[in-house]
Amino acid sequence: MTNSVGIVIPQKIAFETPIALSSGVTLPRYDLMVETYGELNAAKSNAILICHALSGHHHVAGKHHEDDKAPGWWDTMIGPGKPIDTDRFFVIGLNNLGGCHGSTGPSSIDPATNKPFGSTFPLVLVRDWVETQARLADHFGIRQWAAVVGGSLGGMQALRWTITYPERVRHALVIASAPKLTAQNIAFNDVARQAILTDPDFHGGDYYRHGVVPRRGLRLARMLGHITYLSDDGMGEKFGRMLRSGEYKYGFEVEFEIESYLRYQGDKFSDYFDANTYLLMTKALDYFDPGRHYGGDLVAALRDALAKFLVISFTSDWRFSPARSREIVKALLDAKRDVSYAEIDSVHGHDAFLMEDAPYHNIMRAYLNRIAAEVNV
Amino acid sequence: MSAPTTTPTNPSTNHKYQLRPDLQRIADWITPGASVLDLGCGDGVLLAWLAANKQARGIGVEIDVDSVTACIEKGINVIHSDLESGLTHFEDGSFDFVVLSLTIQAMHNVEGILREMLRVGRIGLVTFPNFGYWENRWQILIGRMPVSETIPYQWYDTPNIHFCTLNDFDQLLATLGMRNTARVVLNEGHEISLLPNLRGSLAVVRFEAL
Repeated sequence: MTNSVGIVIPQKIAFETPIALSSGVTLPRYDLMVETYGELNAAKSNAILICHALSGHHHVAGKHHEDDKAPGWWDTMIGPGKPIDTDRFFVIGLNNLGGCHGSTGPSSIDPATNKPFGSTFPLVLVRDWVETQARLADHFGIRQWAAVVGGSLGGMQALRWTITYPERVRHALVIASAPKLTAQNIAFNDVARQAILTDPDFHGGDYYRHGVVPRRGLRLARMLGHITYLSDDGMGEKFGRMLRSGEYKYGFEVEFEIESYLRYQGDKFSDYFDANTYLLMTKALDYFDPGRHYGGDLVAALRDALAKFLVISFTSDWRFSPARSREIVKALLDAKRDVSYAEIDSVHGHDAFLMEDAPYHNIMRAYLNRIAAEVNV
Repeated sequence: MSAPTTTPTNPSTNHKYQLRPDLQRIADWITPGASVLDLGCGDGVLLAWLAANKQARGIGVEIDVDSVTACIEKGINVIHSDLESGLTHFEDGSFDFVVLSLTIQAMHNVEGILREMLRVGRIGLVTFPNFGYWENRWQILIGRMPVSETIPYQWYDTPNIHFCTLNDFDQLLATLGMRNTARVVLNEGHEISLLPNLRGSLAVVRFEAL
């Protein structure tokens, strides 16, 4: 594996200090699943936090076993000699609180009852994640991140970091994100949630004790999501009207390639992802609105930030469109913050932020070089 | 990069970035510590020079993604955007200086961008090829479209659509309620003071609201 961080071993870190969440609920303790790549330097100045999006997790780069089919979800971006260069930076990926990849979440056992939390697990907001990530930084002795980086919902976390802990973030890289969701975006999330909530196997969120999962709902939610993560052109380029068997079958079985793709993605997702986590993540997206506590004024919110910003969007992304990124840029400019912005030409829609693309990676590499120079690595 | 040949009084040699003659004239007009918006900033060389030599707080606007990358490499803040869509990112009066070098002749909405420059900034600095330069006049006279050092394109492949002379430009400023507050005219990098509209190939104009 060239340019790979190689075989990585996740670690589970226990946090025994209670955390008071935005919803009013206090969790007495929680675990976070984490992976790290590269070495933390003596000054502890070269740490980069990777915040994941809706269905992401701690496994960002490398492989767990030689024979893993696929590496971590952002392996194209992170590794020795890659834009986020692990020869220079110490990179941390985590599974956020409420996740389903080892961090405490709805499918975890509630120590109070010895049963899965299920419906009793509280909703978690982006600001709550930032709080848990700050404790994670403390765990590693990191006073200030060289950068907090994220795409989509991950970008929202990077943005939130600069407002909640201005002095702890040197740079925020906010990719394919938005300052808050539009009605249309919330609407998509709600259709996804309704698919899960109305699945007879959902059992009010306590499906674990019935030995079932709301697979149909989760599958539909994911299929809908995938449509919005691709662009019309990108989908047309990849699938067009291609038929699996080359002719019409006059029925409802899989005929078009796009149907096959979406059903496959939906099936795969419903095999490993927890429905309650999906609900929680979409609500975190919907609630995100950092200007809310500043009278709806994002500029006022960002005046507190000290970080420098790189904002990136992709031309064919309509779920988190360039116009939404430009809103962030405008607010940062109005708040007199340092910001650079790039709008990358791509047919890959929202998914473009996860893909390898020379202009996109060149900009990331150039920006990361600048950070490396600042922190002397 | 070769070692700079230094004359201690010339600030352009204090830094690794060597400026084009028109950009050097612009840089000379920018006051230390000023805020500068560079429209069509290319690889960010002017802003890098200004940051190093005049402690200017600058930001560029650039349409070409590779140039955006080059700016970022230099540590220059840059917004990837098309000037034709205006300067909606920027609030009124955000900058001391707004620079537009060798771009205006290729823009569709010249009046629009000049107005925008003095909306977001106090002082506009613009450079453009002087169509009144004698070589251009001569080529027209002998029946050809001008091709020269400052206008290096053939008529069929030129991005330039709005040529003007020094006098034309001043006229437009007046129409827009603006005035030329300083001007340097160059030919092959040297200042031309005698018959500038005939002998100068490149104009560097500072303008402000009336």
